[in-house]
Amino acid sequence: MPTLDDYKGQTPAWCPGCGNFGILNAFKNAVVDLGLEPYQFTIVSGIGQAGKFPHYLKCNTFNGLHGRTLPVATGMKLSNHKMPVIVFTGDGDCYGEGGNHLLHAMRRNINVKLFVHDNQIYGLTKGQPSPTSMEGMITKNQPFGVFSEQLNPVALAVALDCSFVARGFAGDMGQLKELMKAAIMHKGFSLVDIFQPCVTFNKINTFEWYRQRVYPIEPEYNPGDRAEAFRKALEWGDRIPAGILYRNVRPVLEERIPMIKEAPLVQQTFDISKLEATLKEFY
Amino acid sequence: MRGGHNFYQIRVSDKPVMASRDPINIIVAFDKESILLHEGELAADGLIIYDSAALKQRHEKTSFLDIPFVDLAVEHGGSKIMANTVATGAVLGMLSMNVDILSGIIGETFKKKGEEVVKANINAAAAGHEFAVKNCRGCSFLSSPSSDPRMLVAGIEAIALGAIASGCKFYSAYPMTPSTGIMNYLAGKEKEYGIIVEQAEDEIAAINMALGASFAGVRAMTGTAGGGFALMVEGLSLAGMTETPVVIALGQRPAPATGLPTRTEQADLLFALHAAHGEFPRVIFAPGTPEQAFYLTNKAFDMTEKFQIPAIVLFDQYLADSVWTPEGFDLSRVLLHDYRLRGERFRKAEGYKRYAFTDTGVSPLGVPGDAKHLVVADSDEHDEEGHIIEDAETRVKMVQKRLLGKLPLIRKEIQPPLLYGSSAPEVVMAGWGSSYGVMREAVDILSQGRSLAMLHFSEIYPFPSTDEFDYMTVLKNAKLSICIESNATGQFARLMRTETGFEFRAMIGKYDGRPFTLEGLLGEINAHIG
Repeated sequence: MPTLDDYKGQTPAWCPGCGNFGILNAFKNAVVDLGLEPYQFTIVSGIGQAGKFPHYLKCNTFNGLHGRTLPVATGMKLSNHKMPVIVFTGDGDCYGEGGNHLLHAMRRNINVKLFVHDNQIYGLTKGQPSPTSMEGMITKNQPFGVFSEQLNPVALAVALDCSFVARGFAGDMGQLKELMKAAIMHKGFSLVDIFQPCVTFNKINTFEWYRQRVYPIEPEYNPGDRAEAFRKALEWGDRIPAGILYRNVRPVLEERIPMIKEAPLVQQTFDISKLEATLKEFY
Repeated sequence: MRGGHNFYQIRVSDKPVMASRDPINIIVAFDKESILLHEGELAADGLIIYDSAALKQRHEKTSFLDIPFVDLAVEHGGSKIMANTVATGAVLGMLSMNVDILSGIIGETFKKKGEEVVKANINAAAAGHEFAVKNCRGCSFLSSPSSDPRMLVAGIEAIALGAIASGCKFYSAYPMTPSTGIMNYLAGKEKEYGIIVEQAEDEIAAINMALGASFAGVRAMTGTAGGGFALMVEGLSLAGMTETPVVIALGQRPAPATGLPTRTEQADLLFALHAAHGEFPRVIFAPGTPEQAFYLTNKAFDMTEKFQIPAIVLFDQYLADSVWTPEGFDLSRVLLHDYRLRGERFRKAEGYKRYAFTDTGVSPLGVPGDAKHLVVADSDEHDEEGHIIEDAETRVKMVQKRLLGKLPLIRKEIQPPLLYGSSAPEVVMAGWGSSYGVMREAVDILSQGRSLAMLHFSEIYPFPSTDEFDYMTVLKNAKLSICIESNATGQFARLMRTETGFEFRAMIGKYDGRPFTLEGLLGEINAHIG
């Protein structure tokens, strides 16, 4: 069985006190709990502070471009659907630069896990607003405050019938670990939007700010009810729900592809002699 | 399919046909527009066949032959929809060809529609044939007896076949003319060959999906046209940095932005060459025929994996949509070596590092999950294990490994241009890609009494060395060297100058969106050689 020591990676270059540490710890504990060995899954990450995530543990890694995690993960999953593919990305990476890919990954329902470090700010580029920044937030580039309405990723996901939608908080590692495990075990595209306080650039949405508002979703809540989930997803302000917001049973893309019913694509061999018959079709 | 004026040109000869020609011998006109637009292209002894009743117009000139396509179709086939079958039969009659071959083809084509439809069409074809034989007194067309059946294949299908032959397992693309045919063909063969074809939400996703698939251990490809390639460019850079194999089929069409979407040009050569930020190696192939397209697509798959560099198959709408009759594709020539480290070999590898420094610059490409070794790819500059670095020393060593180390080895695999014609020519025509056929036919015609040759480049980058064949001496010794390409600025000529310092004496460019025709090219060459 794997232990936390097996997952010891490079020393993170994140600011001391960054919300990312909580996410890193929650994830390591989640994969150890699930008995996953580092070589048994792949993490795809993009660019941003979250993009560095896989370097700080041990795993197969594709740290690609800004915003392009989901297409890479999709190609990977279709080629070897037996291997868990987990995406670590940020609010700028996934909801800004990669927005279009997010819509279509949800539509496809590829069995990829999407963990978004949502700090409502751009950390790597030093403090510009992200799509989830709150309206009115004043930054160096927005001296009159952010004019655009804040993106609500979980409501978007419910609207698109995303197979699994959850919200976590880096300040509640215990719940976050369980959400990550549930997402990994779920069959279907899974989004976990994780509040991750940026201690350097976001002076509004601090640990304290989240702690005062985030509450665990009631145990009697039924995540199978889409209309109810949408209502829950819209909650914002004094009370913000964390937990599994929505879950459905939808056919997974990989299971609908006849070519990989028997074996993953990567394990299939190629016999060129078959081509003789195909070439004859051109005579 | 309709939407504006549509036409198809077929050339019949007892010699290999490699180019389009200007004069038309038989025009089959189904509408008034076809007559209006093409009458001027009719050869001196040519004929336009049409249906005066259907078109509601009569032409009295001797160059017109009125054939009641619709009436014959209704009478012998039972439906006016078979008017085109009647016309096809009529053309065969005009060429004194036997209608039996057509009957056979009808049988195959309409098999699914049932015996009645087949029979009706055969009757319609026979009626058209008989009408032409009886009524075409002016017909002086003679065709040679038909030879053994040959392949009938378009350039775009040849690229798709080359991908299948190379063991391609994953193709992701966004539809864009003239590349969509690859996706169409592969999708039709998905089940048979175990290929996944995924239509991406955009070209950015298309190339990133292909890279994800390649990372996972399968051979992957994407395809697009210039505008889509523009979106793929950051992904191309990603392939270069992460050393992830990928084949990109890039179909050229004319003009910037949307341009002339369904026409042809060769104006993306320098774009393909210079696209993407940062420095990394790549190969660019530009096939001139479906045969070359087949083998070069295969070579692209081989080289992309052997050297872990992106490989671009650069074609154009003309090559994509032209249908050729090659003798066949020789599968024994196909390169099929698996360069990946997988299964038992990967498990037994010691101290695996994805970007290990090696003598060749090529590091072991492990398949994630096949062994306990971790495969780490990074778009940041990285160390041997694949983790982010900032230090200058590692950066320098990585550039030496990834780029400088591989380059000479890659260049060794590039074949020199093909010389056709005189071996010590006074006049050399140079070109690349789809101008192969028209240049070759021009050489055949102009060689009579003249020392002339063509140099055709199909493996364009890295620019071929002169070790195997000193083509530069051929160029330098020629009294006249002409660079022929379908663009306005002479992109290949510029590449030649950059790579060798050699300057062509003359240029023939074409940027009207149409392919070179034999007559058109001969006219331009004659203007230069007098």
